[in-house]
Amino acid sequence: MSRRDVDQEPRPPGLRGATRVLLERELDLAWGGGGGPLLACGFFACLTAILPLAAGGDPRTLGPVAGGVAWLALALASLLSLERLFERDMEDGALDLLALGHLALEQVVLIKALAQWIAVGLPLALTAPVAALALGLPASLTPLVALTALIGSAGFAFTGALGAALALGAKRGGLLIAVVVLPLFIPPVVFGAGALERAGSGQPVGPALALLCAYVLFAAIVAPFAGAAAVRSAQG
Amino acid sequence: MFGLSNPQRFMAFTGPLTPVLWGLAAVLLSVGAWLSFTVPADYQQGDTVRIMFVHVPAATLGLGAYAALGVSSFFALVFRHALADAAARAAALPGAAFTALALFTGSLWGQPMWGTWWVWDARLTSVLVLFLFYLGYMALRASIDDEQKAGRAAAVLGLVGLINLPIVKFSVDWWNTLHQPASFLNPGSSGLDPVYLPPFLTMLAAYGVLFLALWLTAIRTEIRRRRVMTLRARLAQEA
Repeated sequence: MSRRDVDQEPRPPGLRGATRVLLERELDLAWGGGGGPLLACGFFACLTAILPLAAGGDPRTLGPVAGGVAWLALALASLLSLERLFERDMEDGALDLLALGHLALEQVVLIKALAQWIAVGLPLALTAPVAALALGLPASLTPLVALTALIGSAGFAFTGALGAALALGAKRGGLLIAVVVLPLFIPPVVFGAGALERAGSGQPVGPALALLCAYVLFAAIVAPFAGAAAVRSAQG
Repeated sequence: MFGLSNPQRFMAFTGPLTPVLWGLAAVLLSVGAWLSFTVPADYQQGDTVRIMFVHVPAATLGLGAYAALGVSSFFALVFRHALADAAARAAALPGAAFTALALFTGSLWGQPMWGTWWVWDARLTSVLVLFLFYLGYMALRASIDDEQKAGRAAAVLGLVGLINLPIVKFSVDWWNTLHQPASFLNPGSSGLDPVYLPPFLTMLAAYGVLFLALWLTAIRTEIRRRRVMTLRARLAQEA
């Protein structure tokens, strides 16, 4: 190798580059192998199919709860992929590298949560209207279902990332994350499903949507800082 | 309070204080119980109004204990203070017990009042969610083996939970306006007859002192437990 090649070291990636690389890595890990986003949609479809089997297929029973059950399924599906969000990286040492790397740990948590939203939340948001229709929700409400699911799944992703960071290194990770995170999921579920109820009875949905967005923004700010603190404490 | 943040001084200060608190709690509980049983029955609710003297202070203390937990978690996280961590840990179980008592006695009150053991209105649902917050906190603390790490993670959760509790309460209240229960399901919403104030206030004070006694005793126990662990570790090293 000539002296000139050695002197010209590659430039450090810079903030935008590092962000993009991490985001692509997270999406690859989330989608790689086994159908990508379709796995989350498949789980959602299974839940939607089980409800009528459990509660009876009468439209008069299912119709009033269609919106609420779609939201419940959304919350549960968001919950399931959280366990491996940080655990996998902690096991093989990648989390230590990320902590020492170019990005601050808060940014890492933020990007992981965003990747969780894109990989799991967006497909679910597109599946939710179909599921709600299948459960008997009026077709006029399906755009609203998609919109609230889109915003709400972002809230679930951020709060869920916080829960995953808190449960790092704990035994019984999956159930623990659920117990920690489900009470925190209550506000978006209330506001999102509430928006559907109000639309169903002809009232304006503006306030409910605004509250849902407010929660998501709040979670987007709290989760990176609290999550980074939790990751640092878990690393020791 | 900062003077007491030295564990030695804390132990010295609370040493004589704790038995006094226990004694005071016993006295207040006895007086409160006597007052609760001798106050005249309500013309609407009959004798079941007496459950209020057990139920409402329990709910108040359940909430107060969570505030204590949250504030202790803040000090534990920001100042990395071991005593604050012990205080947060010590507040969890009494707080959860008070909240569970509130839920249970509320259920007992609901059966004669509304004909049902449970109803999904704003207040009951909020208290149930508070109980879930406690469970999550205790589960997180218990699931992490390393005590230091468990303490720090639990402190983060305690703080996040404290900030989220008003949000959850607000969302449950908002949800309740959507799903208006029938008007007769509003418990005790009309003004309280002043004859019920003495037993209520006495029981409230009794519960408060009882929580303080429980909390301080638990913190002292926690300090002693850590000392024992340190001694054991030192012994093992020297061996």
